[in-house]
Amino acid sequence: MSTDSTTAEAGGDRKGEVILQMRGLRIEGRADEEWHEIVHGVDVVLRRGEVLGLIGESGAGKSTIGLAAMGFSRDGCRISGGTVMFDGVDLTKASDEELRRYHGSRIAYVAQSAAASFNPAHKLIDQYCEAPTQHGIQPRREAEAEAIDLYRRLQLPDPENIGFRYPHQVSGGQLQRAMTAMAMACRPDLIVFDEPTTALDVTTQIEVLSAIKGIVEQFDTAAIYITHDLAVVSQMADRIMVLRYGNLVEEGYTRQMIQDPQKDYTRDLLAVRSFRKPPINEENPEIPLVKVDNVTAAYGKLVVLKGVSMEIHKKRTVAVVGESGSGKSTTARVITGLLPPLEGEIQYDGQTLPRDYRKRNKDELRRLQMIYQMADTAINPRQRVADIIGRPLEFYLGLRGDEKEQRVRDLLEMIELDPDQFYARLPGELSGGQKQRVCIARALAAEPEMIICDEVTSALDQLVAEEILKLLQRLQDELGLAYMFITHDIATVRAIADEIYVMLQGEVVENGPKQDVLSPPHHEYTELLLSSVPEMDPDWLEGLLERRAAGTAPSLPGSGN
Amino acid sequence: MHDILKMIARRLGFGLGTLLAVSIIIAGAVELLPGDLAQEILGQSATEENLAQFRKELGLDKPVYERYLTWLGGMVQGDFGKSLANQREISELMGVRLKNTLYLAAIAAVISVPLSLFLGILAALYRNGIYDRTVNVTTLSSISFPEFFVAYILIFVLSVHLDLLPSISNISEDLDAGERLRRAVLPALTLTLVVVAHMMRMTRAAIINLLASPYIEMARLKGLKPGRIITKHALPNALAPIINVVVLNLAYLIVGVVVVEVVFVYPGLGQLLVDSVSKRDIPVVQACCLVFAMTFILLNLLADVLSILSNPRLLHPR
Amino acid sequence: MSMTSLSGGAFSGQSSPWASRIAVAAVHFFLMVLFLQNTGADTWASIGGFLFIHLYSVLVLAYWSKMERTAAGDTLIVTLMLEYVVMVLLFWDDFRSWPWSTFFGLVMVQVVAFAAVTYWKELRQAPPTAWFGLIVIMLYIMIAATAPIIAPFGETEIVGSEYEEWGEEYLLGTDNLGRDMLTRIVYGARNTVGIAFVTTVLAFVIGGLCGLLAATMRGWTDEVMSRIVDILMAIPSLIFGLLLLTIFGTSVLSLIIVIALLDSTRVYRLARAVAMNVVVMEFVEAARLRGEGLWWIIRHEILPNIMPPLVAEFGLRFCFVFLFISALSFLGLGIQPPTADWGSMVRDNATLITFGEPTPLIPAGAIALLTVGVNFVVDWFLHKASGLKE
Repeated sequence: MSTDSTTAEAGGDRKGEVILQMRGLRIEGRADEEWHEIVHGVDVVLRRGEVLGLIGESGAGKSTIGLAAMGFSRDGCRISGGTVMFDGVDLTKASDEELRRYHGSRIAYVAQSAAASFNPAHKLIDQYCEAPTQHGIQPRREAEAEAIDLYRRLQLPDPENIGFRYPHQVSGGQLQRAMTAMAMACRPDLIVFDEPTTALDVTTQIEVLSAIKGIVEQFDTAAIYITHDLAVVSQMADRIMVLRYGNLVEEGYTRQMIQDPQKDYTRDLLAVRSFRKPPINEENPEIPLVKVDNVTAAYGKLVVLKGVSMEIHKKRTVAVVGESGSGKSTTARVITGLLPPLEGEIQYDGQTLPRDYRKRNKDELRRLQMIYQMADTAINPRQRVADIIGRPLEFYLGLRGDEKEQRVRDLLEMIELDPDQFYARLPGELSGGQKQRVCIARALAAEPEMIICDEVTSALDQLVAEEILKLLQRLQDELGLAYMFITHDIATVRAIADEIYVMLQGEVVENGPKQDVLSPPHHEYTELLLSSVPEMDPDWLEGLLERRAAGTAPSLPGSGN
Repeated sequence: MHDILKMIARRLGFGLGTLLAVSIIIAGAVELLPGDLAQEILGQSATEENLAQFRKELGLDKPVYERYLTWLGGMVQGDFGKSLANQREISELMGVRLKNTLYLAAIAAVISVPLSLFLGILAALYRNGIYDRTVNVTTLSSISFPEFFVAYILIFVLSVHLDLLPSISNISEDLDAGERLRRAVLPALTLTLVVVAHMMRMTRAAIINLLASPYIEMARLKGLKPGRIITKHALPNALAPIINVVVLNLAYLIVGVVVVEVVFVYPGLGQLLVDSVSKRDIPVVQACCLVFAMTFILLNLLADVLSILSNPRLLHPR
Repeated sequence: MSMTSLSGGAFSGQSSPWASRIAVAAVHFFLMVLFLQNTGADTWASIGGFLFIHLYSVLVLAYWSKMERTAAGDTLIVTLMLEYVVMVLLFWDDFRSWPWSTFFGLVMVQVVAFAAVTYWKELRQAPPTAWFGLIVIMLYIMIAATAPIIAPFGETEIVGSEYEEWGEEYLLGTDNLGRDMLTRIVYGARNTVGIAFVTTVLAFVIGGLCGLLAATMRGWTDEVMSRIVDILMAIPSLIFGLLLLTIFGTSVLSLIIVIALLDSTRVYRLARAVAMNVVVMEFVEAARLRGEGLWWIIRHEILPNIMPPLVAEFGLRFCFVFLFISALSFLGLGIQPPTADWGSMVRDNATLITFGEPTPLIPAGAIALLTVGVNFVVDWFLHKASGLKE
């Protein structure tokens, strides 16, 4: 306890002093037996007690820069130019021995996947105590006492005992906080947070964010916070650097940047969730296109759906929202017939569909198509675009030869890809968004009436995701498709849904038209879900935590679990 | 702890089942013999009486399952029946030879296991360096060599040209320990050379696989010394793959012994098996096969149980 | 070997497609003439026909060079087969005097040569070990193909007294029955390698097919097949092989079938495992939901994605089978006399070693050299395949 107050004071005394300065940082990555530059001369300055947000889409080089701040580069990468001055020492020229002295004691790292980054063979507290004892900062007994204190400050449940568990015995959100505690162990001057909440559900994310924010403020630690989510970073950071393709786009203080972005790219990132589908004013017809009737389903003995009912009408978008494990994707599997239900049935246009897809006829299969989350695994990497899109045409509609080629080209036009360029490409030659477009085209080729979209935008960068949403909307307007849109992202729901089903632990807890579900009064869980979505307001997190503490906003049952 | 006991019990049960199935296969293989066994062995010139007598002796006149049960019952009690070739008790034939084979395999194992683990870990730590590349090419070459090639090269160099060691390893009970060891050196060396390359490559692959995991990167970023990263972070998790590698190669050793014994005329079980196969002495072949298969199965069983026991996720359930 | 060095040394850089194709065709042509001369056929009358055929095949090549590499490669192989059919029909009298295996070997040489041309870009970056392996494999194929032409004597011909020393007449001396050692080694390339190759192919057809079916169908098919394989694999294969060969006898046919069956369990394991990784992919689910049949899914969705590991496994399996058969032959239980075979040659002449003569090491070394070569190539291939994934 004594050490932390002294460090905090020391930090306080020297506040404003530059702790890290990277100049003209260049990093190269190895691919195809050659070195390619991936970070092209970036300057970063960080003062004591300051939190710097690094933001960018995939391929921006933000994680690489974060690691470079520690003088570290992963296998297959190397720092090829520039300096990394940490407290007066150039880490790029430091020996391994010197770097080792800094790592863990003065600069610490919090990884994205806590589950993989904790050693499965040791208890949490043993892994905590390693850095302080190995760096000779404090004896084991003191380190243990401090670990428990940090666990308490990070709002972990049962702080006295949680450290004596093994990593696999603790949940993801808790592990991420335990890792933050571990990084804090030696009271470092700088912590690098590498997307610490990306793998977590929104409601868990809130807790980890508030814990990290709290602890960084308490100890006045400087931090680099890396994320792809501008809303998240605006809660955490004092200053933000926007990166793209290994270059700096814009740098500024958080409030200033959010209110008055200077560059187009930043403006795009800020405006990313502004797309809204115009409301539909027609009444729903009597018979729904697809009706899920009181379905119960299980994987083996594990019941994952309990009496779920849904109706999806023609030309409507039904959003199914919930966190991981809520049963939303399972519902889709039941509708497609991949998982035959134990009870209940699926009706299509008033007719009962066979439970198992293998019993359905070609036409029943054709009318119901599916688009997946990971476009990478949803299209065969060994087939060309023309074959991927052409196969349903041949299989369902019997098109061949020139007729087929013409139709493939039409479909490519429809999804806004140039047929001449993309017709003969392999998936490996496409970007993530283009792959997802090909998946959409494959679904469209079957001339379906309904498409199930399973988290189709969540693996994509935000700007690309927005384009896909707009495309899907245009196709719905043109072709009169019905969508079942499965997502965990409320922003996506706001953008595209007509009706919403909220799912929790295999049950539908609330449903209705978008405006009804999204405006109060809410079901308790819906409220929690809605309030947990970060907003582009730097005061949002504090406000929410205050309201939750005051009991005016719902919090996770048994908060801290 | 409860779960882990259940898993081990299940694995043991599975091993026992496999053993039983294997015994059925070995016993049943004879039934696949095209034509009549008695005729096959005694030849075309055998008289009807001789054939009938022979069948009765082997129990060939009884139904299949009864013969199998008698055979299995005998095996369990250590009674392997009689050799067709010389009418001796098979258990008597195999006793000493089994001991000799185990002696040879043990020497090879004692040298090769620590050596290859050490060299393999070294290659993994300095991967892509000169040492690693040299090792890669050398081991890749030597796993491609047939055992008898290695054996004859050793004989050619060490025994014929340098006259250091005997090229024939006819050991027997009455030799003193030193002489026995001297005669067993060449075959043991051959086995070692063949197995070390295998084991080293597998160890290297297992360790490299492990070193790529995020928790090793985390350990490095915590500023730990390389030695500590290896002993505290890599080794506890490397246990299961290393156990697998070792046991797999011990099993390989048991099989590799056959060829090496023939080269050096070493009086072991492999030699007996090969002799019996060429004489078509079926009861002996069956008995030898069962013993080899049993060793193999038991070793695999051991590997599985040990890897279950070294898995922290299973040792400390939620 | 002349082929690889030709295309290796003389042509590098951009001009290679045309130049190397012509070079390959020229070498092909040269070989044809050589063989026809050696088989005593009416050579010069045939040359016109060959010229015509090669002109045609070069034109075909030029046309296909516009196409995607793999497609061109596949089509070329088919064309070559057709080309040979045409040749056989045109020059029936010449060909009749050839052993069929020479013919088969020539096809192999051609396929390898054209593969080298089509994959030239990759080959150029290959490490020296891979080059070494490829050259060794080429060399073996050519020796096996042309054994009757190269070998100075007949395969089983007794030409002198026993164990004659190395000399002018018998380059590597004679064996325990007075047959020419060199001749036996040359023929051994054909017998030992050929049998191992056929066995591996058979093992792959059986094991690969079952593995793919198990992975795609899942359920009880998978369960039953996997349990059977588990049990069969619980017996060490050399031991199991010995047991089965005792029972079925040691003819070449039973040798091939027994070893292929034993080895197919290993192929099954691998094919099932790699196919399993693909089967869980969503594009397979999409195909199932589309209503595609089992064979379509296997052929179009799964097989193309598991080719690299299967090809590598083929190399490794071949080595294993090759060593396995050699070991059996060495034990006297494999390929039976008087067929020339490296394993049994080591066994038959082993006594020479104790007299300080290295002759028996030559067939043993021949076995080792080929497995080393194949292993080097597979190692390079695996390295490349895994490098692409990262």
